[in-house]
Amino acid sequence: METMIDHLTEFRKETSVWLEENCPVSMRGQTKDIAELYWGGRNSDFTSEDQKIWFKRMHNKGWIVPYWDKKYGGGGLSPLENKILAEEMTRLRCKQPLFSFGISMLGPALLKFATEEQKGHYLKDIVDAKIRWCQGYSEPNAGSDLAGLQMKAVDKGDHYLINGSKIWTSYGDNADWIFCLVRTNTEVKKQEGISFLLIDMNSEGVEARPIQLISGKSAFTETFFDDVKVPKENLIGELNKGWTIAKYLLTHERQMIGGIGEADQKFSTRDVVVDAVGLHNGVLNDSILRTELVTHEMNLAIYDMTIERAIDEAKAGNNSGAASSLFKYFGTELNVEAMEIIMTAGGMDELAIEGEATSNGFIAKRFLRSKGNTIEGGTSEIQLNIISKNILGLPSK
Amino acid sequence: MALVLNEEQAMLKESVKDFLNMKSPISALRELRDTNNPDGFDRSVWAEMAELGLTGLNISEEFGGLDFGYIGLGQALEEAGRTLAASPLVSTVLLSTTAINLCGSDPQKAMLLPELAEGNLIMSFAHEEKTHHNPTHVATTATLDGDFYTINGSKTFVLDGHVADKFVVVARVSGAVNDKEGIQLFLVDSNREGIKVNRTMMMDNRNAAKVNFSNTSIPKENKMNLSCFEDLEKIYAIGAIGLAAEMLGSAQECFEKTIAYLKERQQFGVAIGSFQALQHRAAKMFIDIELSKSVVIKALKAIDTNENNLTEIASLAKAKLGQTLKLVSNEGIQMHGGVGMTDDVEIGFFIKRARVAQQTLGDYNYHLDRYAKLRGY
Repeated sequence: METMIDHLTEFRKETSVWLEENCPVSMRGQTKDIAELYWGGRNSDFTSEDQKIWFKRMHNKGWIVPYWDKKYGGGGLSPLENKILAEEMTRLRCKQPLFSFGISMLGPALLKFATEEQKGHYLKDIVDAKIRWCQGYSEPNAGSDLAGLQMKAVDKGDHYLINGSKIWTSYGDNADWIFCLVRTNTEVKKQEGISFLLIDMNSEGVEARPIQLISGKSAFTETFFDDVKVPKENLIGELNKGWTIAKYLLTHERQMIGGIGEADQKFSTRDVVVDAVGLHNGVLNDSILRTELVTHEMNLAIYDMTIERAIDEAKAGNNSGAASSLFKYFGTELNVEAMEIIMTAGGMDELAIEGEATSNGFIAKRFLRSKGNTIEGGTSEIQLNIISKNILGLPSK
Repeated sequence: MALVLNEEQAMLKESVKDFLNMKSPISALRELRDTNNPDGFDRSVWAEMAELGLTGLNISEEFGGLDFGYIGLGQALEEAGRTLAASPLVSTVLLSTTAINLCGSDPQKAMLLPELAEGNLIMSFAHEEKTHHNPTHVATTATLDGDFYTINGSKTFVLDGHVADKFVVVARVSGAVNDKEGIQLFLVDSNREGIKVNRTMMMDNRNAAKVNFSNTSIPKENKMNLSCFEDLEKIYAIGAIGLAAEMLGSAQECFEKTIAYLKERQQFGVAIGSFQALQHRAAKMFIDIELSKSVVIKALKAIDTNENNLTEIASLAKAKLGQTLKLVSNEGIQMHGGVGMTDDVEIGFFIKRARVAQQTLGDYNYHLDRYAKLRGY
């Protein structure tokens, strides 16, 4: 026990020194927007020399994905070592060297369901930032009812022939490959005819069209597949067992959108409101807004405590399956609540969507974008369904 | 400290649960009410609780307690909340023992803590004077005259005041009503002259008394050592957190009973729990309860580790549990439909306890307002 503690203390010291020496100054500080991070992929380039240096150094160290096995290009760190590295990076405010759906969303599925050969190939490309991934789950007619998806993969001997479309593909126009749920059997219960397939976006017949959102941005595409040939070895896991993988991954996605482990709060709602509305004798000038703000702040504080408790319970081996739906639901509702409060506080000023005074509508755009949080990754209503059925055991009709 | 119970604490919780299910289920509260029990609680059950060590959970071993800290006491309170057990756990153990732990002189501790640990003493904390919790509103005075203090004033909402052997009285030695300075605590035997106690039966079938002190004389050694207003706030903070733990137990029990009913009750040929209108409301209650569990254990730990933001976290816990228990006890009745309005079904007992616990040591509005002030707005 003592030698382990000694080792971890030593590891923390070394890590801290190494980060201090190797993380360029411009690669430290708050990440205001994930767009400023390096995303990797065939078409992307580094936005600065420092960004490149930081990526290379972390890559040489194996710390692009520190907790993956070394044979897949990871750092082979134990969970405790990984935690220490994350803590030290947070402490020194080091930015992530690579932002990648490959790491956060596809990786966990590959590790659990892929063959050794697939792992060696795809995981390595993620770590090397060679391939930028996107996710193809939702379809125009399969949103909340995801298992009703229709994009077809027909067995043509040595390949599958794909026809259909996906929607809400995050950054689909910049991605190299897409991991998809496809329909491989129409004769069985809908969940039992779905497979998990990897598709090169360069294949003939693939087209990604950006969708413009109410915030003015277009973070998503609708992605069309017209007679696309996909080699059979791109299937992950067993044929028609894709739903199991999807459910596993959705748990990860919910945690990400719900904000677990992310320093999601880029600014303090309180500060914005107090600035905008002002205090009189130490009390906010708007008593109704004050109630909304304090309710929100309390919810936020308790939400953080709940994350802390969930982590402690997981460490203690208490399985709380509730967690991901709860966090997705409450985390996104909180984010929406914060933006509503900020918009109320800002009044007419924050309605401007352009111009220097509002940093080009920074708040207005965030407000509009926040409306997507309670929809993407499974709507709030779907999360409540999951809780009532899977946790409370309430009957279906 | 991790936000999970250790083995000892988990075992304590289990044994209190078993004990209360056997000796003090909700039916026992109904019986106390229906038989007009003069004490408002069962003295033999209280004696057994003392034997189990519950009266000494927050008393150090030096004074004959179990030294389980407030995480331990919190578990007992939570379980008592589940069965709505009526006992002097809040008045005596949570409030009075805490006051003596924090502000008792050495001789006072040596004299009282062993008796409290044994369960030989019932004590009440006499502080409120208004319709709402208000720590600075102290009009009751204590005037030093030679070797004695003379107490004058009226206290209300004194929990278990009609059965108390002693009171801890909050009184003013100087300053004006609402001043933070000049407040002190006094130990007053309930049989001193000039004390009039009026029992008030509350909605939850428990007791709170109006206690009037008219030229009540006590030895000057009975003054405690409240060094500043923050000490008093700390007692209230611990009290509020303990109540939040009790309310967490009530909320969970009320919720579980309601979910069971949703699965059992049939209308239109199906269980009413299959209706999405009810499912989503149930899921939201589940989320509120999970959040409540987090803030309660975090707050209990904050007492034991002596965190300096105790007042803030106490407001967080009491406000959240006030909101959760209000929601769950209201929905409990609504989802039980017609039978929810009847005295036959136990669900109605929860809303009654909820409302009394809500007002004790500050309601939702009080703690919201205070949290905002502590956060600088």
